[in-house]
Amino acid sequence: MGDYCITTDSKKCIACHACEVQCKAVHNIPVGATLGKIVVLGPKFVNGVPKMSSVFLPCFHCEEAWCLNACRKNAIQRRDKDGLVYIKEESCVGCKACIKACPWRIPQWNPETRKVVKCDMCMERIDQGKEPACVAACPTGALEFGEPGKLSDKAREEYGLNLLEKNLAAGLE
Amino acid sequence: MRKIIHTLCFMCSVRCPIEVIVEDDKVVSIEGSPYVPAMKGGICPKGAAATATLNDSERIQGPMIRTGPRGSGQWKQVGWDEALDYTAERCKKIFEEYGSRSAVWAERTNLITDLSKTFQKAIGSPNHITHDAICKGSLNTACRSIVGYTDGGISTDWANTRHVILYGRNIFESIDVKAVNNLLDALGKGAKMTYIDPRVSITAAKSTQYLMIRPGTDLALNYALMNIIIKENLYDADYVNRWVKGFRELSLFVKPYTPEWAEEETGIPAGDIINLAREASAVKPSVIFHYGYRASHHPTEIYFRRSMIILNALMGSIEAKGGVFIKKGPKDAGFSKGFRKFSDQEFPEMEETRRFDGCGQEKYPIVDPAHGVGSIFSHAVLSEDPYPIKVLFNFRFDPLYSNPDYQQNLKALKKLELIVSSDISFGGTTSLADVILPESTFLERSDPLRMVQGLKPAIFRRISCVPPRYDTKPGWWIVKQLAERFGVGKFFPYNSIEDIWEYQLADLGIKIEDFEKKGFVSLSDEAIWWDRKDKIKFKTPSGKIELVSSLMEGHNFPSFPPYQKLKIEDNKFRLMVGRCAMHTNVATQNNPYLNELMPENVLWINEKRAKSLGIENDDRVEIESKAGKGSLRAFVTDMIHPEAVFMLHGFGHQEIKSTRSYKKGVADAMIQEYILDTIGGSPALDHTVVSVKKIQTEN
Ligand code: SF4
Ligand code: SF4
Ligand code: SF4
Repeated sequence: MGDYCITTDSKKCIACHACEVQCKAVHNIPVGATLGKIVVLGPKFVNGVPKMSSVFLPCFHCEEAWCLNACRKNAIQRRDKDGLVYIKEESCVGCKACIKACPWRIPQWNPETRKVVKCDMCMERIDQGKEPACVAACPTGALEFGEPGKLSDKAREEYGLNLLEKNLAAGLE
Repeated sequence: MRKIIHTLCFMCSVRCPIEVIVEDDKVVSIEGSPYVPAMKGGICPKGAAATATLNDSERIQGPMIRTGPRGSGQWKQVGWDEALDYTAERCKKIFEEYGSRSAVWAERTNLITDLSKTFQKAIGSPNHITHDAICKGSLNTACRSIVGYTDGGISTDWANTRHVILYGRNIFESIDVKAVNNLLDALGKGAKMTYIDPRVSITAAKSTQYLMIRPGTDLALNYALMNIIIKENLYDADYVNRWVKGFRELSLFVKPYTPEWAEEETGIPAGDIINLAREASAVKPSVIFHYGYRASHHPTEIYFRRSMIILNALMGSIEAKGGVFIKKGPKDAGFSKGFRKFSDQEFPEMEETRRFDGCGQEKYPIVDPAHGVGSIFSHAVLSEDPYPIKVLFNFRFDPLYSNPDYQQNLKALKKLELIVSSDISFGGTTSLADVILPESTFLERSDPLRMVQGLKPAIFRRISCVPPRYDTKPGWWIVKQLAERFGVGKFFPYNSIEDIWEYQLADLGIKIEDFEKKGFVSLSDEAIWWDRKDKIKFKTPSGKIELVSSLMEGHNFPSFPPYQKLKIEDNKFRLMVGRCAMHTNVATQNNPYLNELMPENVLWINEKRAKSLGIENDDRVEIESKAGKGSLRAFVTDMIHPEAVFMLHGFGHQEIKSTRSYKKGVADAMIQEYILDTIGGSPALDHTVVSVKKIQTEN
């Protein structure tokens, strides 16, 4: 994901799809195309207990981007400064080579512009110091955006401190 | 030019505070207000889809007068003057014969409710009803019968709770963003959540304990909980001694309702019932037996709602941190007065004081006249009892789909002489109207200020973000224009929204500029809690929590009637309805984005029952009750009680002009029978018995 990463906290996700809708609303994406997608498993019974789980799937902004390599018109490009993979709509001829090349079929066909459109991680918002629209919209804070190193740091701190707290309370050190 | 505007969403009635970014009169984004921490900057899918409604070409684009038969979709576009003049002239003729009492104003409670009530008072009709009565009429009555406040006068302290018990209160799908976050935070800190429902919802999957209950038997469960709580002394004795009246009567009453007895009725093991009582008691008073928004609606609903509030009383959780609290208003925050209200002006005496719905009077003596008994609307029109109803002012309300028994509703609406509808898009009732006075969306209009009572009371403002895209107007403007044509314009002493704001704030010493930065003004920085020992102001005649209710007993309704077992034939199902996160009641099914996410409803049916009926997943099935029938796809699952079938509320639209939702799924109203809780006033939306069969397809 370029220099960034979006993670899903399945515990907090309530499968409301606001992330998906907000992405479409701010990018003016018509019905039929979905850039960031939330995939939800369940609710279903697991050993008699109702459970569910979810994961948000925007574009991965691969380092070896199949879509980019497949585009003969150089419509798909990578931003130097942070490695984000985006599409220059004006150069797209609508051949759909990128859709076929991407292992997850992530580029989307926009039936209105008759061109391909894809998640650019809300580059513009990132440049304004904001989070991507999907992440900001999530009503429960289930999505987190950041640099992988920082996210890892935060997650480990949280886990570690919690563990230490428990140990301390139990008289262990 | 880029503008950041703080206003209130209105894709649903929660009305979340939002931040709207506008560039060159176009909405760039809608997010939760950064000034209200529990919003976490987020928004629900409906709020996110608001621009899709704003830009929808299937919206009503200007005033219209009907030219073809009702529901044919034939209209002529007219100017505002013509539409308003036409309305007034038609009304004048009708009122000459039937009086102004023949006009009912029905609306979804909104920020112009004070003005619409003013309008009815000014023209001399006692008939104003709100949609609230349909969702929670019985809850309102139940609350007043015990604590003296309406359900709107109390709320729950999600953030600090240590155990919340939800009876089908599907909080993670019937979303209020702030409540969702506060509860998730509490769960993160180790709070428990017990979810009781015949169906596994998303809330069930997020709960710490899920109990599958036999549909309609929640009251039996609660009587058994009370039985154990009293038997094992699990209640808050100090609190009960100080505040509760009628504890002895309750103790005697619940004696026979043992957990073993309840197990038979509810299907929930007695041991689980006992555990729940003990677990809840262990963290009292920071426990919430949530009394619901939607809940399980049956003819005995008032007693079910009362039972939930009584359980809170036993836990001492009313006015306790992490429990239920009484909402505080401007006076509690040290102001001498609240809003100035237009409906408090002096009006000419009404010729008719009897309401058409008998609310607060002979038929429904203890139901709240502030909301009325909306569910009897169709019945009253058809029976002309107590007098004929001829005109419906229908403001963003849809009795056709919101009230049970679609066929009866359709007949009644067709019988009316004049339907004046104000709406954003072509809803069911609007499509049957004679005149449409289209309202601007919440992004295009300013509204009267909103007083939000709570632990920290505050005043919020909705302000227009972009100019109206079509020839639509704000409600406050429409009402005043109507009033002028009815000769009662003097009760609407304003020309602009600024005039209205000034009028509302006159006694508060708050200036409208104070709303500029955040979109709201707090009336208290601190959460206002009353002293639990001595200072809780219950609004009952005794000033206490009245388990034996003077309101009810005074009208010969028993506080504790014996439980009646619920029976159903072996080959039938009980139809339950509910909501999802992607739609607001019956109003959003045609929104392009929301329609894409959830275009139709399906029928949840238990896998074992389905098998015996030869129904497989995705088969088309017919569902039929005494009221009507419909066909939809089956969702065969082990996540629903064998005795129930479930469908989402709000589908099955028949409005030709709303092409995306046209004939998608089945309207629950089509199947629901006209059954009411005749004491509390709610329709028994989950009581209808249905049969289901597979539709044989030819090939
Ligand atoms: S579209 Fe597919 S291939 Fe291209 S960067 Fe995204 S995930 Fe990688
Ligand atoms: S907006 Fe958040 S809670 Fe809703 S589906 Fe997306 S990730 Fe889940
Ligand atoms: S819950 Fe959603 S639709 Fe309702 S007011 Fe909040 S953001 Fe708007």
